[in-house]
Amino acid sequence: MGGHNATLIIEVTVLVLAIFLGIEVISKVPTLLHTPLMSGTNAIHGIVIVGAIFVAGAHQQDTLIQIIGFIAVVLASANVVGGFVVTDRMLEMFKKREPKKQADETDAK
Amino acid sequence: MNENLSNLLYLISIASFILALKFLSSPATARRGNQIGAAGMVLAIAVTLAKDGLDTGTYWLIAIAALIGSAIGVVGARKVKMTAMPQMVALFNGVGGGAVALVALAEYHNTIREHVGPTWDISLAIGVSGLIGSVSFAGSIIAFAKLQELIHGRPITYPGQKIVNLAILGAGIGLAIAIAAGYQATWALIVELILALAFGVLFVLPIGGADMPVVISLLNAFTGIAAAASGFELGSNVLIVSGMLVGASGTLLTLMMGRAMNRSIGNVLFGAFGQIQAGVGEAGPAASGAVRSTSAEDVAIMLAYARKVIIVPGYGLAVAQAQHNVRELADELERRNVEVVYAIHPVAGRMPGHMNVLLAEANVPYTALKEMEEVNPEFPQAEVALVIGANDVTNPAARSNPASPIYGMPILDVDKAQAIVVMKRSMRPGFAGIDNELYLDPKCMMLFGDAKESVIKLLSAVKAL
Repeated sequence: MGGHNATLIIEVTVLVLAIFLGIEVISKVPTLLHTPLMSGTNAIHGIVIVGAIFVAGAHQQDTLIQIIGFIAVVLASANVVGGFVVTDRMLEMFKKREPKKQADETDAK
Repeated sequence: MNENLSNLLYLISIASFILALKFLSSPATARRGNQIGAAGMVLAIAVTLAKDGLDTGTYWLIAIAALIGSAIGVVGARKVKMTAMPQMVALFNGVGGGAVALVALAEYHNTIREHVGPTWDISLAIGVSGLIGSVSFAGSIIAFAKLQELIHGRPITYPGQKIVNLAILGAGIGLAIAIAAGYQATWALIVELILALAFGVLFVLPIGGADMPVVISLLNAFTGIAAAASGFELGSNVLIVSGMLVGASGTLLTLMMGRAMNRSIGNVLFGAFGQIQAGVGEAGPAASGAVRSTSAEDVAIMLAYARKVIIVPGYGLAVAQAQHNVRELADELERRNVEVVYAIHPVAGRMPGHMNVLLAEANVPYTALKEMEEVNPEFPQAEVALVIGANDVTNPAARSNPASPIYGMPILDVDKAQAIVVMKRSMRPGFAGIDNELYLDPKCMMLFGDAKESVIKLLSAVKAL
């Protein structure tokens, strides 16, 4: 039981640090990139695909779990692949001003 | 692969997600950031499949499921029009939430079936991730349907709505607590999930289409938090950290969006904004007929001989698919040594940053796009402010009229330009459903018509000069 609690405390520690990290990393993102950012973070929570694989790949499951696991992998992989591809499509379009133009703009912050 | 090695490799995935978010802070590095994130995700999936303790006999099923999901994802992501981006994000977010809820259900069912009985922290995580994941799934689907106009975008309200919603949520939370406290029955979780789904639907229905991006951002954070909770279920640090990164950053992003609209998140979620405004709009100065309309030729002369023109694009421009024509017009003006900048309101388009994406699609360099704080002091120097399909974000009532529902919202100071040209289809009010007193300003001229046709006419008129 001590081992279990120790693991839990480490997990909670990691969780709290991740909260601060998430806030810190995002606070410098300009409005310009809010839409790709939303879509990019959206792709990252597709990490639940790891959980979906655990469920679908577990030993000796009953049929119900097999079906649930299958659907979970479908949903999670749509989340991951769709999220990253659509973000890439957006970001691909962000281009700097061509050098021929005079530098009349300050950099977009 | 043993536990220590796999955890070490997961750490690389975690680091890549953090780097991805960090690189997203600048347009120059954002795309690389996204690619780093994708690489980290591929690594996490590969490590999971290589771990000890999984039944390799099931891998063909997992492969089929992943192929189906990826096909849906790729087709959706490639086909979606840039104007439809908010609902696409909602949909991808929703499926993620659904996956979290299903993982919770499967984990719970397994522990009960094996008579191991989950410890309190694991059952708590199951209850929480199931609840939040389901709310996110159902809410996102409704948000998608509203933005896609499958169901009406207007707030749907009925008497006693908040009490009903609260009761449903309360019952769901009650079941989650019972599960955490050790009550073991699969049906309890199933009922909890159904209640959470119902709550997700009911809580998004009363929210108007204009506020939907804030809701999507919030639900995005929800899915992140739910994924983190499922990390506790499975004892997986990579889920805890990645999920919580998204949960925390998504929450902050939601608050930032609210601030840009000068609305508290509570007001967005429970205010049924559009409804209140419909009434106020009637009382406005609308149809007083004091607006002046003008012709493309007159506007062309103003533009061609100006030194500085500020273009204020709005969603109307995107709907008319006029981004490319506007860019051509700006190019033509720049050839005539007119300085052209674009003034981007934080909520221009359908969600923050959406207009930047739409203009980027039309090859407008992002360095020509100026954010509100940066461009507002420049309006007095602009000979012409050209407002294309934008409305509420230019309404001076936000500064001057405390009775206006948008009072206090930061706006673009279009009325400080030396002349204003508004391109608009008709005098219909904007998304917030209120009239714009800018149109009654003596400096303001209206160029009525479809945004795309008007811009094309303007372009040929400028070229003819």
